[in-house]
Amino acid sequence: MELVIALTIGVLTAGGVFLSLRGHTFPVVLGLTLLSYAVNLFLFVMGRLAIGLPPIINPAAPGYTDPLPQALVLTAIVIAFGMTAFVIVLALRAKSELGNDHVDGLHIRASDQERQKGGRT
Amino acid sequence: MSTLAAWPVLLPLITAIILLFVAKGDLRLARIINLLSVLGVTALALVLIGVASDDVHRVYALGNWVPPFGIVLVLDRLSALMVGLTMLLALASLGYAIATDVDTHGPHFHVLFQFQLFGLNGAFLTGDVFNLFVFFEVLLLASYGLLLHGGGRLRTKAGLHYVVINLVGSTLFLFAVGAMYGVLGSLNLADMAQRVAASPAENHSLIAAASLLLLVVFGIKAAAFPLYLWLPAAYAETSAPIAALFAIMTKVGLYAIVRVHGTLFGSEAGELAGLITPWLAVAGWITLGLAALGVLAATRLQVQIAYLVLASIGTLLIGFGLATPQAYVGALYYLIHSTLLAAAFFLLADLIVRARGEDGDRLEPGAAMPNGVLLGALFFGLAIALAGIPPLSGFFGKLLILHAALYDPRMAIHYALILLSSFVIIVALAKSGSTLFYQTQAEAPSTGLPPQKAALPAVLGLLLAAPLMVVFARPLTTWLEATALQLHDTRGYVNAVLTTPAVQNTP
Repeated sequence: MELVIALTIGVLTAGGVFLSLRGHTFPVVLGLTLLSYAVNLFLFVMGRLAIGLPPIINPAAPGYTDPLPQALVLTAIVIAFGMTAFVIVLALRAKSELGNDHVDGLHIRASDQERQKGGRT
Repeated sequence: MSTLAAWPVLLPLITAIILLFVAKGDLRLARIINLLSVLGVTALALVLIGVASDDVHRVYALGNWVPPFGIVLVLDRLSALMVGLTMLLALASLGYAIATDVDTHGPHFHVLFQFQLFGLNGAFLTGDVFNLFVFFEVLLLASYGLLLHGGGRLRTKAGLHYVVINLVGSTLFLFAVGAMYGVLGSLNLADMAQRVAASPAENHSLIAAASLLLLVVFGIKAAAFPLYLWLPAAYAETSAPIAALFAIMTKVGLYAIVRVHGTLFGSEAGELAGLITPWLAVAGWITLGLAALGVLAATRLQVQIAYLVLASIGTLLIGFGLATPQAYVGALYYLIHSTLLAAAFFLLADLIVRARGEDGDRLEPGAAMPNGVLLGALFFGLAIALAGIPPLSGFFGKLLILHAALYDPRMAIHYALILLSSFVIIVALAKSGSTLFYQTQAEAPSTGLPPQKAALPAVLGLLLAAPLMVVFARPLTTWLEATALQLHDTRGYVNAVLTTPAVQNTP
């Protein structure tokens, strides 16, 4: 099971890194999402893998599973969820304002370059 | 157990929630509530600085869960100083935002502002690494909103880069925290420090890898080389009061490096002691060198100031990289100076841009500004302070750092880079000053507005820090010496946190 989990984290991270280095906002958002899945799984595993064990110490049970990483993952999921929603809205706004979905907002119109020289927007 | 450490975190949160209910309807009311809250917390922060001067670590265990099991807030000299600095900046920034009506450009300015303070104060006071992550997220989420406040294409573009790089940073933070927990089994900073010192040799490489990953995360926040590329655009494109408030944001990264790495790999850490310090100065050299070139190459005033912020980060990294108590005094002195004056410069730049009208912030000759003498005098004072020419505070800050570097084995490189970059910055600022104020076209009609009277106190108040820090240099450095000694005494920190008793219920 360790190998499967380690491979899953590795593949998710690799995919996330690859996608977040792309030039358009949609793959970047997907990449960030994959990275957050990978890190959630990673955090979860850091409490060590255990099956069918209670999270609270019970003398009758053969052991226990560490509840703290589960709490950390819960927090991380909530934060990642909110951040993803925010970055999607921002990407949509960038697309509508810059006219394309490139992360550098290529093809900025001539009037904008004029404004860029002028400074304030 | 003292509840003092909790108030600078709780008050902004409560204010933000109250503001959520009034923000839409009544701008005047929102301004009054926000200003009152910022004033109150500033006063509280000054009291905390006084309270923290007795060298006691005041620990507040949230929910009465004693360390190492619960989350703790720790008030010591450094965290009190950082909270005080944040609140002074917030006061000036808010005053300027209200005076120039920046808060009318979009909804929820005041709510985001308070959440920003909530995140900043929390990050400075927490003694738990995962809690630090949560507060980082709070301050980042608020900063995304503030950075984009008012909108505009270039702001959106700079904001997108800022958000994406910080999201990647957050993911790395979680990887690092997860690995730390996997090896050490604790996330309480004091407990972790103890476990690092006691860890078996086979775990050392894992701990080192996780903490270097953490250094990358803090490097992104601090805008250290090679992770600074987001900073110039983000700071130059956002509105002036927000750029001024963000002068503290890069210092959060530096603070986290000092607090987390300083505590985990202090003198008690055995084999791993001083794990990252050799790297800090190297990152500082390159950041400082490139920032000085950036200051010289900038074609816009705001971009130039953003590079000045970067140059101060480089200098500070060198200071903290020297890692002696003496160097810490210099670095902390320079930190206070550079934060307050960079913020003042952002605000002044906005006044100059308004006064230049259509000429904007391009560093090109334009029409003469209305009230140019006043603006020019302010520019002159700030340029002297930031470039580090006597008699203002920048000179003393750099002097303290250089003095501490005197017996460092890499002294030659420290001296060469700090002195050369100061020279380059003087040239660049002299050039922009003369372009803006002397090479004016007399015939061209002025299209600018004279500076608003109400906006001046914020700039002047921040600028006042420069002479005050020189006049009161002696008491200030004495205080900072005690701070540096307290920071180097990691055993004191660990003992203070881990021996915190639970509060007994009164029947």
